[in-house]
Amino acid sequence: MDTAGIDIGSITAKAALFRNGKIAATKLIFTGYNSEAAGEKLFAEILRDAGIAGAEKFKIVATGYGRASVSFADKAITEISCHAAGARYLNDKIRFIIDIGGQDSKAILLDEQGKVKNFVMNDKCAAGTGRFLEVMARALEINLDEFGTISGQAKNPSPISSLCTVFAESEVISLIAKGMAREDIIAGIHESIGARVAALAARAGLAKPAMITGGVAKNAGVVKALEKALGLTLEVSPHAQFAGAIGAAILAQNLS
Amino acid sequence: MAEGKDPEKEKRKIKSVKKMKAIMTKYYKKAKLAWLTRKKIAWITSGGPVEPLIAMNIIPVYPENHGAMIGASKMGVDLCQKAEAMGYSSDLCSYARSDISCAPAKGGPIGGLPKPNMLICCNNICGTVLKWYEVQARYFNVPLFILDTPFCHTQFTQEARQYVKKQVEEYILFLEKVCKKKMDHDRMKEVGRLSVEAQRLWQAVLDTAQNRPAPLSAFDAFFHLALIVTLRGTRQAVDYYQELLAEMKQRVADGIGAIPNEKHRLLWDNLPIWYRTRWLSQKFAAADACLVADTYTSAWCGALQYIDENNFLESMAEGYSRIYLNIGIDEMARQVIQMIDKYKADGLVMHSNRSCKPYSFGQLDIQRIVREERGLPSLMIEADMVDERFFSESQIDTRIDAFMEVVRERKSGI
Repeated sequence: MDTAGIDIGSITAKAALFRNGKIAATKLIFTGYNSEAAGEKLFAEILRDAGIAGAEKFKIVATGYGRASVSFADKAITEISCHAAGARYLNDKIRFIIDIGGQDSKAILLDEQGKVKNFVMNDKCAAGTGRFLEVMARALEINLDEFGTISGQAKNPSPISSLCTVFAESEVISLIAKGMAREDIIAGIHESIGARVAALAARAGLAKPAMITGGVAKNAGVVKALEKALGLTLEVSPHAQFAGAIGAAILAQNLS
Repeated sequence: MAEGKDPEKEKRKIKSVKKMKAIMTKYYKKAKLAWLTRKKIAWITSGGPVEPLIAMNIIPVYPENHGAMIGASKMGVDLCQKAEAMGYSSDLCSYARSDISCAPAKGGPIGGLPKPNMLICCNNICGTVLKWYEVQARYFNVPLFILDTPFCHTQFTQEARQYVKKQVEEYILFLEKVCKKKMDHDRMKEVGRLSVEAQRLWQAVLDTAQNRPAPLSAFDAFFHLALIVTLRGTRQAVDYYQELLAEMKQRVADGIGAIPNEKHRLLWDNLPIWYRTRWLSQKFAAADACLVADTYTSAWCGALQYIDENNFLESMAEGYSRIYLNIGIDEMARQVIQMIDKYKADGLVMHSNRSCKPYSFGQLDIQRIVREERGLPSLMIEADMVDERFFSESQIDTRIDAFMEVVRERKSGI
């Protein structure tokens, strides 16, 4: 059975194609302001890239904030269930997932069978999300992709005390003005996210083994800070950013 | 569009709604025209002892009920902003903010509440009411009576009983002084009996939701609650709830549920999100979930066990002290678990209400206790009862969808 998962996030849209129970292709584009158009473009492009004709034979599940705008999907399922299914596909022992996306961070507790037992999402505020990092990258005039590498050189992370993104931005600007090393500022930003998300994880009821998914998983600095705050190792899959889309494609296999 | 009416929907409509609307309209008209009938008006907190007012022929008016009306008519943001312009913090309760700004602005759905002759403030529901009522007492330049109910962590001590009973006596003296007449104690006894009867009937109405399908949901209870808050102690409230109870029993006999296809039963905690009750009820109904009970509407009959209907004034001290918001968190969790068992709930939906600190503080602990003792999934919705600026639709939408997936998966699979 051929299935597809379309994950329309607040910043990026991801797709995963499954053929014969295996990942056949993945693709990512920016969502932009029209999530419906993004979904259509993404699906057309991933099929073209993979050289597949016959979109109609795919069973499709949509997820993410734009899940309801994917009109060609057979079903919409939330990110919680999709990340759970995706993480279990990437490692079938996983009991806990931390997903940090563009505007959400989530902690998901699974039972032994991989069913969602409990989940907690960040309160309605950008602290502890990808958007927080984007704002900081802009304030520091550094490409976000370099954040992980740069923070690795930090000797003395600067504490960022504000939880609010807007206040934290002014705090970062004042640290820049004081001449603090940028690697220390970035490491401080990562520790701030780590502390915020660790509290979320504790509320959900932390369990091992744990995996981090979502776009922010690509940032080694956040992963390290989070591991330190949680006191455990987080598994990072090369497919971390696609975990939601992969999970959606897996759940599409249940559609008859 | 008479021919466009959906017979399914019509069948599900609660007929008593019409009557309730008529009673409430009449009640507010009467209050607004009190200056004509020379009746006195008292503003009173929602958990305050209203019975002596009824016995003294004073019209009770509830700023909190008014706050709910402001929220439901989506006028909260404007009034809250007006209060903020007056210098009140946006962290202050949105009922307090909208009431405080409504008085000079004469705004809201009914052009403001009628001017009070006195204010009655009971702090069994929160501490905010103390300052709120002081502000209004200064604004209207009227006497204020404060009934201080000590917090009941686990029990009601003898000292607390004496302390509150003494204040009940002072309360009566206060009313006699303002009204320049003595209280008729026979009348007071009658009002006490009627109050207890109405509370029993209200509990019986809520109890009908134990049936599958539940004939009414928490969203219906939020509406039908108005009389037990405002007019308990009157014959009218007793008559109304008798009628409502009969209608609910008939619905149970006919198998008519509050929602078309009840598959999941949920318990709601905290005040309603007044400006989104329709959206929320449709959202849950679309997932075949009925909110079969809630901790909020049951608060107006939850202390019945402590009240002696034949000795109302004496027993009122305990009844008004041991209400849901004036007890310890362990005790609250115990009541939540009792309701989960009684109504056979599959999950718990908690509204973390930015306005109501005593209700929202401790919810994480209650959530944990429920998870440990009953293993039920729970959902936390962060919002505010009146101030729409604290409601984020797409985030709440995703949380509800994900929660319903968890509830369903526990039973069968997505």
